[in-house]
Amino acid sequence: MKPWILHIALIAVLATAPLWLSPYHATNLARIMVLAVFAMGYNLAFGYTGLLSLGHALLLAAGMYAAGLPAQLWGWAAGPAFIAGIAGGGLIAAALGLLALRTAGVSFMIVTLMFAQAGYLTLLYFAHVTGGEDGFAVVSSGRVLLGSDLSTDTPRFLAALTIFAIGLLASLALVRSPFGRTMVAMRENEERSRMLGYNPFTVKLAALTLSGLYAGAAGAAYALLFGYVGASFATIQYSILPMLYVLMGGAGTTLGPFLGALLMFALIEAATVLTTAHQFIVGAALVVLILFAPKGILGTIRERWLRWLP
Amino acid sequence: MAFGPFLLLALMEGLVTAAILALAASGLSLVFGVMRVVNVAHGEFYMLGAVLAWAVTTMIPGPPAMAFLAAVLIAPLLVAALAAAADGLILKRLNYDPEATIVATIGLLYILQQAALSLYGPNANPVAAPFTWRIQLPWFGYSGYKLFVVLAAILVLLALWAFMTRTRAGLVMRATQVDRTTAQAFGINVDRVYMGTFALGAGLAALAGVLIVPVQQAQYLMGHDPLLLSFIVVIIGGLGSLRGTLIAALVIGLSDGVISMFFTPTLAKILATLLVAMVLVFRPQGLFGAKA
Amino acid sequence: MTSFIHPTRRGLLMAGGAGLLAAALPGHVGAQAAPIRIGFQLHRTGIGAAYGRWYERTAQAALTAINEAGGIGGRPVELLFEDDATDPKRGSEVVDKLTQQAGCDLVMGTLFSHVVMGSAPRAAELKVPYLVCSEGYHVASGALNRWTLQPGITDVRAQISTMAPWVAANLGKKVTMVFPDYAFGHDHRDFFTAAIQAQGGEVVAQIAVPPTETSFTRYFPQIPAETAVLYHVMVGPAVLTFVKELGEFYGTGAKPALFGFVDSLEAVDTATPGLEFLEGSHFWEAHPRVKAADAGEHEDHYRAAVGVDDNGASVSDAKDVSTYSHMFSTWETLYFIKQAMEAVDYAGPADRQKLVEAMEAITDLPYGIERPQGAKRFNGKTHQVFGSQHISQVQGGKLVKVHATTIDEGLYEDAVDYTSMSF
Repeated sequence: MKPWILHIALIAVLATAPLWLSPYHATNLARIMVLAVFAMGYNLAFGYTGLLSLGHALLLAAGMYAAGLPAQLWGWAAGPAFIAGIAGGGLIAAALGLLALRTAGVSFMIVTLMFAQAGYLTLLYFAHVTGGEDGFAVVSSGRVLLGSDLSTDTPRFLAALTIFAIGLLASLALVRSPFGRTMVAMRENEERSRMLGYNPFTVKLAALTLSGLYAGAAGAAYALLFGYVGASFATIQYSILPMLYVLMGGAGTTLGPFLGALLMFALIEAATVLTTAHQFIVGAALVVLILFAPKGILGTIRERWLRWLP
Repeated sequence: MAFGPFLLLALMEGLVTAAILALAASGLSLVFGVMRVVNVAHGEFYMLGAVLAWAVTTMIPGPPAMAFLAAVLIAPLLVAALAAAADGLILKRLNYDPEATIVATIGLLYILQQAALSLYGPNANPVAAPFTWRIQLPWFGYSGYKLFVVLAAILVLLALWAFMTRTRAGLVMRATQVDRTTAQAFGINVDRVYMGTFALGAGLAALAGVLIVPVQQAQYLMGHDPLLLSFIVVIIGGLGSLRGTLIAALVIGLSDGVISMFFTPTLAKILATLLVAMVLVFRPQGLFGAKA
Repeated sequence: MTSFIHPTRRGLLMAGGAGLLAAALPGHVGAQAAPIRIGFQLHRTGIGAAYGRWYERTAQAALTAINEAGGIGGRPVELLFEDDATDPKRGSEVVDKLTQQAGCDLVMGTLFSHVVMGSAPRAAELKVPYLVCSEGYHVASGALNRWTLQPGITDVRAQISTMAPWVAANLGKKVTMVFPDYAFGHDHRDFFTAAIQAQGGEVVAQIAVPPTETSFTRYFPQIPAETAVLYHVMVGPAVLTFVKELGEFYGTGAKPALFGFVDSLEAVDTATPGLEFLEGSHFWEAHPRVKAADAGEHEDHYRAAVGVDDNGASVSDAKDVSTYSHMFSTWETLYFIKQAMEAVDYAGPADRQKLVEAMEAITDLPYGIERPQGAKRFNGKTHQVFGSQHISQVQGGKLVKVHATTIDEGLYEDAVDYTSMSF
């Protein structure tokens, strides 16, 4: 019961945030929650199932374009476009998994990286449709959900919060379910779980597809809430980011992705205030953090104090 | 241009890519093979090699050849020393945990990149080649220095191979790669082996950076591509196989060159990337790795 | 953590208070003490960094000049630089930060077009004027919004169409184009191809190079032998490699006439070893890097203010070459802001809409210290400015101006009327 209370309490606190945060920080929080959904998806694949992917930018971009292009080309409203985005992320993840899951470990990392790179270049190649590197600003008619304008502060925040809350609770339910334990078994000892009668390929494919649904939702949400779709989201940088969030917050913890995204955002904000050489501060902070909490923040807390943390 | 000369040019370009890649990737392969560390900052060591080469050649007066020779000697040593320090201060304390070292080397990447930007600046600065010999073929001209890069890379790789197979230090490294615990039991100082490996790997990347800089200029973001390509080469070649790394570098360099003959550049890049990915998908252990 | 949650409260109150005060008092009597704050979205890191620092220096120089001359409407002016890492996502966050947290009256300065595309939607949501210095055709094409303007630099479409007649008349009519495979390059591809056809010429091959590329030689054999003119444009850190490899490829053999956009050589010294083959070739320049013999009366003043010598390099380091054909846009944009703000007696953020309308009403922008690159004409409907362009030839390792176009040569039919859009 404790985990459920903790998670619902976090969502409740976040829901009140616009009351005590400036509009600037409330919007940033919406951004962070969208990124956290992306990282939660990454965590399902990497943190729980042990799939070290460097190709998640492809899944983020899949969701982003699957939502943004129909809105742009055929005038879809935000609701259908968002669903298309989730489906896009899941489909591409399943296709990626069918090929890449023939490999494991660092080979898997490199194969996913290369497919993502090919995806990025494909976006450039079809620039007449995708807008290429420039991308496009999503039309305002595509940013209306059930009559409310997602480009305004309150609807945007509520939409981001809803997606985040569903994503968080779903991931908590998932990792506490029998399937969640199977995922962890894959990470810990694939051979043993095979002998217990599980098909590792199917389990990993399902985990990666779930991860893709999350990434797709995040990409679609970014396109619809912040109004921009571009190929830069398919670059390697956006594959490294969710890994960084997850490792900072704690791989294999349900709240780690959110904490990591929040901290990283705060770190960059704080660093740019201190110095123009802000990358230096970010780099040093990462090194220091990992030296003192090698399992990520929540991973370390769980190890030392709160053993019940999911 | 006729097909023959075109192919010749594509192959020559492919060879140069392969030579640089083989150097950078052999460094990564060592680190990865012996220490099992995914060093995300490897490309930054390459970049530092190039930037330090610029610094050394601008500080040392005299003919370009002398200044360049000094850069070839000094830059990799400085980078190796820096890497050794990073190993002792950071990686060792993380006990070489695979996940923690990824975060740590990402941090290192940020630090090194920012240091280069703050101290060296954002511009791409040229370094004069040690000689300016140019080959003029009937169909196109070609830089003699690029051919020298290929030759130099072959020599360095031969030396590396001799070091790994013929010296005690190489033997110790290979033993540690095979089984860390047993190596320790036989009285090998694993910490020192790791530090040496990390320094050697970084030094090789830096050397690749020094060799490429007369062709491609020193710029603070230049480490990105070699990092990704080196990883690909290491995996395709099969973990810990120096021969595999070399052949994979050749395959990737040449296929990149040849495929670009037949398609528009962006499409060629897409196809070359997918081709290599498919090789891995259908031969996950790499071309020369043992079956896992 | 505390700095993350609460840092802006006071800043916002102060900015808001200043606005209220200004609104309450007639004229700018009461607002005199409160400075006008202009946010600058700066490519301090990332692939735009070589441009970014010159944008920063030039904008600083203009700021000093404006403040020494009494500021804007008697109020002092502040510039707040914020790094966008040349990334569209961070770009939109920076617009947010400068507007909402730093309380800037408007935001300016972006160069790379994908950052413009990523940031403009946020500027429109915040209803803050967003003045880009990007030369992309994204503004005048109608892809952006009422709040985004480009008053400091002619767009690529206009630049290119003024070049085609000269290229066809002086260099040749069979052109091969080498360009980066993204929007900036595509604008070159589309508009130059059309413009040269209008001159009776043709583009015989288009070679689009992926933006991630660091080595180019292998693409050069795709240049057809019949090519009379090789039109090249490249941006990013690999530009010097590009031109050097081009030189090696042709070497002493027969080669087509070369016509390049100086983007291929911005921040690069034309006398760099390996670039000798460029001797005699031509470049588009917006603003001649090497001071022209017939340069205008304000040229010296501008160079001195920015800290650039007669060769276009930093006065403190002759090897530190500026991005001369782009950076003037930040200077001219600041003076454009000054002109519009003074026209509406700008008092604070409540006047932002009035400010944009005042900008849209501006047309003629004569030559002066406000516009060191030359006279301009602003089109309020398309939010785009038009100026004259130059062609320079490399002579003795230096870019020497040989031709200037008129403003009228670059004009084209409006593709959008932003003034009919809502705010």
